[in-house]
Amino acid sequence: MSSALIIIIAVTLFALYLGIRARRGHDMNLEQWTVGGRSFGTAFVFLLMAGEIYTTFTFLGGSGFAYGKGAPVYYILAYATLAYVLSYWLLPPVWRYAKAHRLVSQPHFFARKYDSDALGVMVAIVDVAALIPYLVLQLKGLGIIVATTSYGAISSTAAIWIGAAVVTVYVMASGVRGSAWNSVVKDLLILGVVLFLGIYLPIHHYGSLGNMFHAIDTARPGFLTFPDKGASSSVVWFQSTVLLTALGFFMWPHTFGSVFTAKDERIFRRNAMVLPIYQLILLFVFFVGFAATLTVPGLTGGNIDLSLFRLTIQTFDPWFVGVVGAAGVLTALVPGSMILTTASTLIANDIYRGLLQRDASDARVTKLARFMVPVVAVVAVLFTLHGGETIVALLLMGYNFVTQLFPAVVCSLAARNRATKQGAFCGIAVGVLVVATTTIMHLSVGQLLPFLPDALKDVNIGFVALTLNVIVFAIVSALTQPHAQAGQSRAQPR
Amino acid sequence: MSFRLLAVLPFIGILLGVPFVNRVEPLVLGMPLVLAWIVMWVVLTAAIMALVYRLDPANRAAAEGRTAEDRP
Repeated sequence: MSSALIIIIAVTLFALYLGIRARRGHDMNLEQWTVGGRSFGTAFVFLLMAGEIYTTFTFLGGSGFAYGKGAPVYYILAYATLAYVLSYWLLPPVWRYAKAHRLVSQPHFFARKYDSDALGVMVAIVDVAALIPYLVLQLKGLGIIVATTSYGAISSTAAIWIGAAVVTVYVMASGVRGSAWNSVVKDLLILGVVLFLGIYLPIHHYGSLGNMFHAIDTARPGFLTFPDKGASSSVVWFQSTVLLTALGFFMWPHTFGSVFTAKDERIFRRNAMVLPIYQLILLFVFFVGFAATLTVPGLTGGNIDLSLFRLTIQTFDPWFVGVVGAAGVLTALVPGSMILTTASTLIANDIYRGLLQRDASDARVTKLARFMVPVVAVVAVLFTLHGGETIVALLLMGYNFVTQLFPAVVCSLAARNRATKQGAFCGIAVGVLVVATTTIMHLSVGQLLPFLPDALKDVNIGFVALTLNVIVFAIVSALTQPHAQAGQSRAQPR
Repeated sequence: MSFRLLAVLPFIGILLGVPFVNRVEPLVLGMPLVLAWIVMWVVLTAAIMALVYRLDPANRAAAEGRTAEDRP
């Protein structure tokens, strides 16, 4: 057994121990399990929300994107920054409402705000459809990391099953509390590893950061800037994607749910000034990917995600490869656990209670949510092992799915909400349908609207869906105005 | 009220600024100009949000543990 493998196993067991231990001293009822009893202070909420940034998608995908595509990777840094600016005003009212109504999930928020169980059920279904591919992506990353850093001793299939089992056990035991404690370990480890790699690798292989970028620019002119045109690379693509993903950022049900864990609302306003700096760590992930472009060339297609580990293995001793691998494992397990908690809660609280059994007690819902954890995990594992390349498409679809919830959330926060439940329902339904059709048929804006000037053809297709969503939302809301314009934003008694 | 307008700056800088700095040279702190521009705006955004936090009356009453907008 290599030293790399021993370190990875030790860290995984430690994560399991921490996750299970987190329940100590807390009676795990629905509110504790899903939102930690709304008792988390600045540090935990910060880490849960920051945890969203450091997933395997950014760790492997961020470096892989820089390695394979160059400049377009900059968008990751930009969209999260703008999302945090929005969070300053968006999250406090959401949190206040959630606390007043003891909400535990995102569909719950919609159902109460618009006084419509049907809307809640639909949002829950959209959420679950968006979450499963996200979970699959974490598991896939986990498989890659363990298979590579164990030098083949553990197959990626075995790693996926073991990882899913670890997460399932601690989520069933501790819910979101397990995720919170593990994000502390994860963030410390990833911070150290990424800073070190991002500073050391360019210097070790090129002499300095400037030399590295000079060398890349000479070898591959145009790689470090946005091209004039081209879907998923041009400046227009950058602008539209940054804006769209910034709007969707907090609409992910698990991120929305982590808002509910906060103890007070000032936490969000304080985090809005710290999180932009904190996510600058991603810059060092990009540096690793760029360092790999000329040192481990030749990876193409899905394999670009391996660039960080290929370069690490080529440069360092096995024990350090183990440390990097362990950090990578945690970037899969922690977000994976949050997604799993959220998906199970959605199924039990919002789909089961909202649709099938209105009078189900909290205790019963908690029990069902826990029972759903292994079910969701197994479904995700099966998708991971048999899903193939369609997963990336599904994830893009998931991001565009949750963005469709943005207009209805913003309107519901207005002092006098003119939007109606019918409007919200139809708007979201149209948006989601457009996203699904365009994704499955691989349509681009250029194909849909061929009369547009060339530059606009690179606009992210999600904008078409969002625009149609807003139009339908506005028209249907106007048609279904109640006679007395009593704002639905007023508190609805439970 | 006007302090809220500060929050528009990052959007202008990042979304509208990038086409004008879409170049590699000159390298700034070893980074291509367009990347350095985005990094600069990330840092500026943090500073802007710190200023907004200072100016926002909602955080002033907060010293006592409750914010001005907090309703029972």
